[in-house]
Amino acid sequence: MRLNMVQALNQAMHQEMERDLRVVALGEDIAVDGGVFRLTEGLLEKFGPERVIDTPLAESTIVGASIGMAVAGLRPIAEIQFMGFIYLAMNQIIAHAARLRNRSRGRFTVPIVIRTPYGAGVKALEHHSESTEALFCQIPGLKVVVPSTPYDAKGLLIASIRDEDPVIFLEPTKLYRAGRQEVPEEPYEVALGQAKVVREGEGLTVVAWGAMIPVAQQAAEIVGKDGIFPEVIDLRTLAPLDRETVLESVRRNGRLLVVHEAPKTCGLGAEIAAFVAERAMFQLEAPVLRITGQDITVPLAKGEDYYYPSPERVARGIKKILES
Amino acid sequence: MIKDMFQVLTENGRAAPEREPKLPASDLQKLYSLMATTRAADLKALKLQRQGRMGTFAPSLGHEACQVGSAFALQPKDWVFPYFRDLGTYITLGFPLKNYYLYWMGNEEGMRIPADLNIFTISVPVGSQLPHSVGCAMAMKYKKEQAAALAYFGDGATSEGDFSEALNFAGVFKTPNVFICFNNQYAISTPVKRQTAAETIAQKANAYGFDGIRADGNDVLAMYILTREALEKARSGGGPTLIEAFTYRMGNHTTSDDASRYRKETEVNDWSRRDPIERFRLYLKDKGLWDESFEDRVQKEAEVLISKALEEAESTPPPRPEDLFIHTYKDMTPELNDQLAELRDLLKGGPR
Ligand SMILES: Cc1ncc(C[n+]2csc(CCOP(=O)(O)OP(=O)(O)O)c2C)c(N)n1
Repeated sequence: MRLNMVQALNQAMHQEMERDLRVVALGEDIAVDGGVFRLTEGLLEKFGPERVIDTPLAESTIVGASIGMAVAGLRPIAEIQFMGFIYLAMNQIIAHAARLRNRSRGRFTVPIVIRTPYGAGVKALEHHSESTEALFCQIPGLKVVVPSTPYDAKGLLIASIRDEDPVIFLEPTKLYRAGRQEVPEEPYEVALGQAKVVREGEGLTVVAWGAMIPVAQQAAEIVGKDGIFPEVIDLRTLAPLDRETVLESVRRNGRLLVVHEAPKTCGLGAEIAAFVAERAMFQLEAPVLRITGQDITVPLAKGEDYYYPSPERVARGIKKILES
Repeated sequence: MIKDMFQVLTENGRAAPEREPKLPASDLQKLYSLMATTRAADLKALKLQRQGRMGTFAPSLGHEACQVGSAFALQPKDWVFPYFRDLGTYITLGFPLKNYYLYWMGNEEGMRIPADLNIFTISVPVGSQLPHSVGCAMAMKYKKEQAAALAYFGDGATSEGDFSEALNFAGVFKTPNVFICFNNQYAISTPVKRQTAAETIAQKANAYGFDGIRADGNDVLAMYILTREALEKARSGGGPTLIEAFTYRMGNHTTSDDASRYRKETEVNDWSRRDPIERFRLYLKDKGLWDESFEDRVQKEAEVLISKALEEAESTPPPRPEDLFIHTYKDMTPELNDQLAELRDLLKGGPR
């Protein structure tokens, strides 16, 4: 069936809850209201209030309670209503979810998924446009996943629910209803930790994820008119990173552009540039370039376009690398 | 009647004489006009949002009495920590409506607070302003200022750690704080009984060692009296107070919400009979302080204020690139300068 990302994610949760009685969902406004983006619609009706839980407004305990549930054998899917509010749960995520396995020498594990809408491009209120994925990528023990298509969204969410470790599952708000795609009816996994070449090309590699994938694709169309055919890689999982896929492509193409909407400084682009420098330095024919949000607070609606990387800006970056 | 709820005006506008505040007629009329202006400005914003001239915003419909009545008790030296559903508070304090509109239109300039107003910026993360209000009150105490800090929040906020931690601080340090919770029965779709198993929100104050009281939040006089008393107590060293304003969110949570998914029409209709403005109008009419021509004047003045604010907001240019950079730190960093130059270059089309 052709589904948008919201429908694909919803289907994934339905199917996993059906398959596995240990899976429960909890969060603010997820049950009766079906979630502020309607992601969890129909779950309450189908699985009942013991498994689909409208919680009090308390992010720290949404995550903290999920940890307790997981230790006791459940598989919670916790929703944080927007990424801008995940910071209230940071202590639980960093001090416990990420470390319990290590601290208990493997006795206690935390197979939870923390889903949250993230990213800008929808002219939202303050704190509703965050893309602070790099904060989580730096924490040992956490996995960080970002789909860019309905197909991947379903498979990655199912894989995340089945994963034995805590997963921060970031859903690009801008892509929720951006388009439909054929999504198989049956459950399937898209393996975590595997990037995907979404556009084959040569002479230059563009690495991106989430809502920057369509931007990178459009940029490739723009430069295509000038006979430039960049390769585009969708990382899909940001932690653990699929370094091999990136390295293979960069070694072949000799040039690298990283695109992310998060601020530039200490964004994930920095890590990518660093491991490429460490492991493919001599195959590089030009300096690595990053096209990113600036090091500023994400602007409100009227100024957002200045911040958000556009296809034109990415196309310019591509040309700049090729000219250097 | 709701348990232990302080009320001055009954639903049909009758006053309990021993409870009436000793306010001059002009103040009573002012309260009315502030509420009417709040309602008109709020409905205008809703209309603008539908026309695509305003972003997502949180309507204040139904909260006019708890916002205006409480804010009317403030003195200029007091500090206010609002949340995102506080239009009447801003209007009562004389905050420029133009700025309020600008903010919800998505322009950072809207939160430029006039230098003579001790009113904090809107805190979107629920409950996060409560610790600030406590710190501010601690500073008032340290500086020996006769001033209090008043924080507003919804019933949902009482579930957050920040609420418990802030109220606990306030109790321990006996700070000059007033905490006003608009218990409007919902936090988006979540009913208050899903936020707390406690019978009232007011009673939570007991656990922190200070007083909690419950007011009819649709009764502007009840809100005024209780807030004034709590502020006076705070300023004179008596410590903090929690006021639960029992009210109802008449509109959708925000313009992106559809409340019909989770609450019944009959419940909304029930509450619309307790409209805070209607009630006060009946009271004023009884006192000979309201007639059609007064209403006309109030509505006209509101209209003038609103259309001027809107005109100014809509003619405010969008932010320039530098406006988004220069307030990151006191001084621009070399990297920010580079990034700004790059952006300007891009906007020019830049060198190929
Ligand atoms: C920390 C945090 N979590 C979630 C949200 C999303 N959100 C915005 S308003 C709201 C409900 C607030 O309810 P309440 O405190 O009762 O105030 P009301 O909106 O009813 O006036 C939620 C969950 C948020 N802004 N901040």
